[in-house]
Amino acid sequence: MPPFIHADRCTHCGMCATICPMNLFKQEKGQVPQVAYPEECWHCNACVLDCPVKAVELRLPLNYMVLHVDADTLHE
Amino acid sequence: MLKFNDPISTDVLIVGGGIGGLCAAIASARAGASTLVAEKADTRRSGSGATGNDHFTCYYPKAHGENVDVILKELLNSLLGPWHDAKLSRRFLLESIHMVDRWHEWGINMKPFGDDYEFMGHAFPGRPRIFLKYDGHNQKQVLTRQAKKEGVKILNHHPVIDLVKADGEIAGALTLDVTGDVPSFTLIRAKKVILSTGTANRLYPAAGSPGWPFNTAFCPSCAGAAQAQAWRIGAKMVNMELPNRHAGPKFFARAGKSTWIGVYKYPDGKLLGPFVDKATRYVGDITCDVWNSAYTDVLLNGSGPAYIDCTKTGPEDLAFMKEGMISEGLTALVDYMERTGLDVSRHAVEFMQYEPHLIGRGLEIDIDGQTSVPGLYAAGDMVGNFRADIAGAAVYGWIAGGHAGTAASSCGFKDVEHSPWVEERAALYSSLFERDHGAAWKEANLALQQIMDSYAAAGPHRLRSATLLTAGLKYMADLRKNALSEIAVPDAHSLMRAIETLDLMDNGEIIMHAALERKETRGMHMRSDYTFTNPLLADKFLNVWQEDGRVCKQWRQRWN
Repeated sequence: MPPFIHADRCTHCGMCATICPMNLFKQEKGQVPQVAYPEECWHCNACVLDCPVKAVELRLPLNYMVLHVDADTLHE
Repeated sequence: MLKFNDPISTDVLIVGGGIGGLCAAIASARAGASTLVAEKADTRRSGSGATGNDHFTCYYPKAHGENVDVILKELLNSLLGPWHDAKLSRRFLLESIHMVDRWHEWGINMKPFGDDYEFMGHAFPGRPRIFLKYDGHNQKQVLTRQAKKEGVKILNHHPVIDLVKADGEIAGALTLDVTGDVPSFTLIRAKKVILSTGTANRLYPAAGSPGWPFNTAFCPSCAGAAQAQAWRIGAKMVNMELPNRHAGPKFFARAGKSTWIGVYKYPDGKLLGPFVDKATRYVGDITCDVWNSAYTDVLLNGSGPAYIDCTKTGPEDLAFMKEGMISEGLTALVDYMERTGLDVSRHAVEFMQYEPHLIGRGLEIDIDGQTSVPGLYAAGDMVGNFRADIAGAAVYGWIAGGHAGTAASSCGFKDVEHSPWVEERAALYSSLFERDHGAAWKEANLALQQIMDSYAAAGPHRLRSATLLTAGLKYMADLRKNALSEIAVPDAHSLMRAIETLDLMDNGEIIMHAALERKETRGMHMRSDYTFTNPLLADKFLNVWQEDGRVCKQWRQRWN
């Protein structure tokens, strides 16, 4: 649900923690940021977009499933 | 009491560094005023425009001809709704193209398709198109860079939590420093203040995921701060009782329905609306801008669900649609679709109507963006008598910023440091942090949503009445009392959320007071005790405000 940070790739630059519109992260100096308030994620993707080393992944919660059907089933 | 940091002085204070706030800041700085933006998060990625936008309402005489009223008519018939004082909308339209030119010059690509501006989407076949299509994926970074270049100071991670008035005029604001775990206050003295806090979300249960307040199409950190704080110092509100609901994919709430290029269908393949049977990048299916409640209606009458079907859209337009989603800031959705194999060339996606929120409802402003409190301005989604979303925020931010910046040169600072009001509010907020155990802020937010949903529900198919609204006001007062005596927050972040929740309670009460006074059914404000639409109210707006602790209500003529 919330962002997941790949610790092996993270350079601890703090960009994700700084720019998050929801202020989700806490970070100790020189450490991988922690997602402190996972339930408050807006899933806006800003952390994924702004991570300079692509260390952040965002997964949508199961209850955010985007409902869809095969379009060719839409007929009488 | 939490610690007070050294106060800051600035000619013009901007509350919220979204699109409206940053454009206001740049205009204020250009007018020669020292300008400070107090932002809850970080202006590079905050607010509902955080990751992008792709439609900018605009009047472009070269494309639209010399008569602005032709375009004004389209604006009032668009999804942006009819609740405008037309003289404000006209000024917005006349200045809109200049804002577009500025954005393009600063580095937001307003001409992604060639040498000139292009108008696409949210359009009726055969009618003028008023939405300029652009690539806004970097808009917040560009506006932040430009603001700094113009000398604007930005104070990130400092939400404004109350406004301060002295001698009947605005005098400054109280901010909460949330940069660390322990919160503190910073008082800002300002000659003029511009509110730009965006939409108000988290008022009603999230339609897609009840119990998950953060599954919202618009930024859930935007929680009606401007309306609440201005209400507390007596500013006039307008149109608060008229609900608005957005729509989009189900269950992941996202804005940007016109970025999708497809047609809306019933499960039997029939079209929902009469406008087009094939969508293009220029004219999509506008049915659900017109029939706003479509997705709810077809679900509740059993004829749904309703889908958007893009499979008849050509491959070039589908590639264009994906680019549009990236410009609009929908990359989380694009990534999800790629990861899960959701392919719009094969699949039809169900759409839904989201919960009510406030956009284009709130503070009344005059032609220069000033509210009824002298020196206090507002620009953007929390303005109640004009609405044009991102374009409205940008253009009216510019207008308000220029006016405030110029006016600031002829007035002085007022005393805010000895304000009993600041003492009272700071003590109240401090008490939530000083309590060592108690209720979580989220309990209060969910309670608020339950009350709004039961007693101030919005249509379609849900009714309000004098008895329900009166009960709702009683329960909201009970909730506020309980919340103030029980909420305990462990850190600065949670205190910020608790204060947002208290602000939302003010918003809920304003909505219910106004809804009680509107004794008719209009739009999604549906009264069981007044089931008709009263023609005498067609050209009237309802003001509500507080005076000496009393709620005042007054109808006024719409300004043409």
